[in-house]
Amino acid sequence: MRATLRIATSVFRESVRDKVLYNLVLFAVLLMIASYLIGELSAGQDVKIIKDLGLGATSIFGLFIAIFIGIGLVSKEVERRSIYSLLAKPIHRYHVIVGKYLGLVLTLAVNVAVMATALYAVLAYTAWGVSPETARAWDAPALDPALVEAVGLIFLELTLVTAIALFFSTFSTPILSAALTAGFVISGHFSSDLRNFQSVVNSPVAAQLARGLYWVLPNLAQFDIKAEVVHGRTVPLSYVALAFSYTSLYVGALLVMSAFVFSRRNFK
Amino acid sequence: MKIARDAGILALAMVLMAAAVRVESFREARFPVPQFDPDQEVLYFRSGSELRRASNAFSTLTADLYWIRAIQYFGGTRRRLAAGMPGQPGPPRALSVDSSTGSTSDYSLLYPLLDITTTLDPRFNIAYRFGAVFLAESYPGGPGRPDLAVDLLEKGLRERPDKWEYMEDIGFVQYWYSHDYRAAAGWFEKASAVPGAPWWLRSLAASMLAEGGDRRSSRLMWQAIRQSAEIDWLRQDAERRLMQLSALDAIEALEKPIQAFTTKRAHAPAAWADLIRAGLVPGVPLDPTGIPYELLPDGHVGVSRSSALFPLPEEPGLSPRPPA
Repeated sequence: MRATLRIATSVFRESVRDKVLYNLVLFAVLLMIASYLIGELSAGQDVKIIKDLGLGATSIFGLFIAIFIGIGLVSKEVERRSIYSLLAKPIHRYHVIVGKYLGLVLTLAVNVAVMATALYAVLAYTAWGVSPETARAWDAPALDPALVEAVGLIFLELTLVTAIALFFSTFSTPILSAALTAGFVISGHFSSDLRNFQSVVNSPVAAQLARGLYWVLPNLAQFDIKAEVVHGRTVPLSYVALAFSYTSLYVGALLVMSAFVFSRRNFK
Repeated sequence: MKIARDAGILALAMVLMAAAVRVESFREARFPVPQFDPDQEVLYFRSGSELRRASNAFSTLTADLYWIRAIQYFGGTRRRLAAGMPGQPGPPRALSVDSSTGSTSDYSLLYPLLDITTTLDPRFNIAYRFGAVFLAESYPGGPGRPDLAVDLLEKGLRERPDKWEYMEDIGFVQYWYSHDYRAAAGWFEKASAVPGAPWWLRSLAASMLAEGGDRRSSRLMWQAIRQSAEIDWLRQDAERRLMQLSALDAIEALEKPIQAFTTKRAHAPAAWADLIRAGLVPGVPLDPTGIPYELLPDGHVGVSRSSALFPLPEEPGLSPRPPA
């Protein structure tokens, strides 16, 4: 456990020194500030647009961070040959995998928290001085606590994407890992098409195959509650709990597979 | 030495870049590029449902972009028409894009933009309410399509059957733009039955049925709009409409002294000074915005073109007033 935490801390320290990370977070924050200006063009819909843009930016930049850093978690160590000194220590190989994963998740948590804080700050500025009649007309209050729920589910999605990126990183080059991870992210958002494949094909085998693929591929669409939160619709806690359970189990499976692949790799 | 070498390399790069730009401008002079037509407006995506699938987790953000585009399009077209730019066609008969040229008649992209916006985000409240106002507004202030305004609001009701505001807005469009006060009363009645709807909707429905077309009903309706308006623009528009109704009252009141002058002198007054000298009016009458009313050659009264109240509305149930 201690070894895992040490690796996680080391990954976190290395990640926060990464210039790519700073640039991505800075860009996301700037985009949120710019959304205030965009909102001025929208005939009184500035709060909605800031929320949409802020949550969208958090999601997309979080994905970039998860993919760009996740794909290099193992492959960079192998490239720099520092993997040998790491494996020479009295630790199991799965400690490396879990430690790397936790380190990046911690990095993501900090970045998502920074972006969420920036979003709330822009919303607070926008809502300051607004008349009560105008505020009453909003679907949800400007500083809506439910935004935390949306950010939380975005974070869960990012932890799942990180696990996917880490898995590919254990046996593939960074470029291929990035392409495969991006492919999984896209298919994860459009996976519902596979569920209803039997309505567009005549072959029952193809339909069954597609349905099987639907269950196996990560279902990322469930993490998207942005529209509900922005329009003030309640998302039941049971929905969030189920998403959390799904993520935990899927990430667990990916980490086990990553540890399995990593343990069989010969670095000579 | 190193600095001189670096400067030389940078200078070479700049010379090569300048030469490339020169060659490009020469090429464009020889082989002209197609001219950009700022008036050509094209919708790259026609189908809201396809765009919704493509934008997936970012459909509400895409809806925001389309909403901003719809507002800019409406405002820009309205300003262009108000400035009286040459070559403007008359009121649009159909809101469609000319497929052969890609060009559009005025406001023809407005409904498609609003339709796409509300398909991307079916709960985009203001897109329905504002969009309906934009669509119903008479030409040249809008496309003058109350039918499409009702279609848009009915689309909103399919998504949110509990939204009494949309029913109120349909009633308003039916009354003010379509002059169908019986249909308007029906919608106000329907709206009043929705839980949480304000009490005055029922009395508004009754007033429509009893005195449909009467200025009092119009005033009641605009007061209701002002009270329920969610944003300043809508509230201000309702205020303006109420001032227009006050102007109509004042104009009717001014008809009496003008009639009296005409009967006595056997000709209509040429200016307000004639009426003031005759002691029929105390001074030049001002409209609710403080701009003097205009005395027309035929003896009628109208608001000045420079007034924010121009043009006065055509009242439901009454014959149109002569233009100022």
